[in-house]
Amino acid sequence: MPEHINHGRRRLLRAGSAAALAPLAGCGRASPWRFFTPQEAETVIALCEQIIPADQDPGATEAGVINYIDRHLTGHFRRLQPVYCRGLAELDRLCLQRHGRRFAHLKFEEQRLLLEGLTGELKAFFDLVIDHTMQGFYGDPRHGGNRDAISWRMLGVPLVPVRGREHYELSSGARQGGKT
Amino acid sequence: MKHVNAVIVGAGAGGGIVAKELAEAGFSVVLLERGRWLTAYDCRKDDLRNQRTTVLGNGAGPDDERHPRVVVELDGRERIVRPSEPGYNNNAACVGGGTLTYGAMAWRFMEQDFRMRSTYGCPEGSTLEDWPISYADLEPYYEKAEYEIGVSGDVSPDPFHAPRRKPLPMPPLSPTREHEILKPAARRLGLHPFDIPMLRNSVPYNGRPACMRCRWCVGFVCEVNAKNGTQNTVIPKALATGNCELRTQCVAKEILVDARGRATGVTYFDANDRLQTQTADLVVVSCAAIESARLLLNSKSRLFPSGIGNRYDWVGRNLQGHSYCGAVGLFEQITYDDIGPGASIAICDFNHGNPGLRGGAMLANEFIRLPYQFIGRMPPTVPRWGKGHKDFMRQWYRRSIMVQGPVQEMPVFDARVQVDPKVKDYWGIPVARLSGRKHPHTLEICRYIADKAERWLKEAGAIYTWKRIPGPGLSGGQHQAGTCRMGNDPKTSVVDRYCRVHEMENVYVVDGSVHVTNGGFNPVLTIMAIAYWASAHIIQQWRGRRGRV
Repeated sequence: MPEHINHGRRRLLRAGSAAALAPLAGCGRASPWRFFTPQEAETVIALCEQIIPADQDPGATEAGVINYIDRHLTGHFRRLQPVYCRGLAELDRLCLQRHGRRFAHLKFEEQRLLLEGLTGELKAFFDLVIDHTMQGFYGDPRHGGNRDAISWRMLGVPLVPVRGREHYELSSGARQGGKT
Repeated sequence: MKHVNAVIVGAGAGGGIVAKELAEAGFSVVLLERGRWLTAYDCRKDDLRNQRTTVLGNGAGPDDERHPRVVVELDGRERIVRPSEPGYNNNAACVGGGTLTYGAMAWRFMEQDFRMRSTYGCPEGSTLEDWPISYADLEPYYEKAEYEIGVSGDVSPDPFHAPRRKPLPMPPLSPTREHEILKPAARRLGLHPFDIPMLRNSVPYNGRPACMRCRWCVGFVCEVNAKNGTQNTVIPKALATGNCELRTQCVAKEILVDARGRATGVTYFDANDRLQTQTADLVVVSCAAIESARLLLNSKSRLFPSGIGNRYDWVGRNLQGHSYCGAVGLFEQITYDDIGPGASIAICDFNHGNPGLRGGAMLANEFIRLPYQFIGRMPPTVPRWGKGHKDFMRQWYRRSIMVQGPVQEMPVFDARVQVDPKVKDYWGIPVARLSGRKHPHTLEICRYIADKAERWLKEAGAIYTWKRIPGPGLSGGQHQAGTCRMGNDPKTSVVDRYCRVHEMENVYVVDGSVHVTNGGFNPVLTIMAIAYWASAHIIQQWRGRRGRV
């Protein structure tokens, strides 16, 4: 796992809330991620890389898309924690059933074919991961993904200009007459 | 709390202007706003959290935690939605309202837009009607909005525009690459392209600088304050008079009514969630179509058991926005120049006079599609993920143009805002409940307009095009309008021609709610013009009577 996508913190509430909904082997164990267990993270990284694979330009892994998803599962997306727990467990269960290996350990082509054939709840879960991967890959680097504005460089779009704080009205001037 | 002449609920396009006009006329004014006074620092260039792309929340409010709504789907299912979720039909919650983050197109409606029923006749299942006022009534107030808030552009090449006395105060921004590709193509088709009027400084104006042409425009707070809204024009002027007090983070609960049926003021929850009462001689409701209707409906009393202005069950009816439709085209050459705001060229050839159709839409090139937004604008044939997706983005992101327009909707009586019987917001106030669908004729117009957009792109050299046509569901969003219809007959409308609620001596609704129809244009300049128009009337009516109560 590349150094830059590691985070030092781990949300312990996960063990209490989400684990009850998704009986995962790894739930509650120490992990470098805010939300995912190391095993789940492996699966998520593989999923994201399928969605935006590396070629002449970096893919989702190098862009740190998992950072984005992991971070926001403890923030704006926290309501989706059980969806991820359940989805990732189900995906691995399906892979073990069909191939005897977890998703992350399948060959790239095997993964692709499996994802193309998903139906029902697992397909809905994958659709969600697609949305989040697009956000993490093309969105603003400040949210944890799109590391070093990799996708904007790929598209040939200029980066956000740095203009300095004086452009923002940080003084109380703009708020004159505000709440009294 | 000190009694004032006027309490205005909502510091957006309508309320901001009324506050300034009344304060300058010597009225004492309290302006209540549920959001905060945001600056560019609070809503930075963030592709995922702004007022247009809200996957990580609304950049300019409201917050997700305290402001739910109930949406009734076409199949009858109900769901509780949060402000950043699809279906909520959000506008904004901040000083300036939608004008803080809008795209800022500054259209005057055309003369026919004020008399749609007499021009076209009403289709079955619609409540299409004429306005009780005409374009000529509003013309001076359109001009006032253009000069006081500040509009750049040049509509002189548009032969369809309604008569006007003065040109726009600022020249257009310099053309973008898309503009230069689309303009000759439109001319070849016999159309009449011109520079979109925008509430955006193209040159320094009103003490603020010109647009710096960045790509984070629509949905964002302008970093250099070149986008003109009520927050940087009329509201500071209102405050400078010393007659207006702005109270932010104040959520209105209801309008109070006395035993004689007169409004006496407004109750609201302040920034510390304490219930407060502000008494006033008159009450102005300017919360945008959904929240204004909600406030009237939540103001129940013995004399008005179904809410203020709702004796004949018209409050909340005819909710409409715009049915945006158009086309996207792919080009061999690079069309992307990273010069904001993006939208720059328009035609009004298809607003009226389309065979067999009632009205139509202005067509313009779209604002810059940020990379993540482009995901939602890709042709249905492209793989949604994997190498196919990535190849497409790499190849075509900078070689696409999108043309679209806001189709004027046929109002539908059952497209409506109610207050939900069960669901309440953080403060215990019943929330808005949205239900209804578009009129089928609206969708017919969409298909026609999308065809025209596609033809324009093809003429411009697009090698592949696809159309975008909306679904049948309710529309509202930032262009929400219609829920407190203006009319002469109290049985079929909510407010009179001066925005005063029928049968209420001292309650006015001043925002898009009063629009009878919403034009084939972005509605904000009309909302502003009506705010000036209503203000002039209020001042005339109340000048001698202030302080009487």
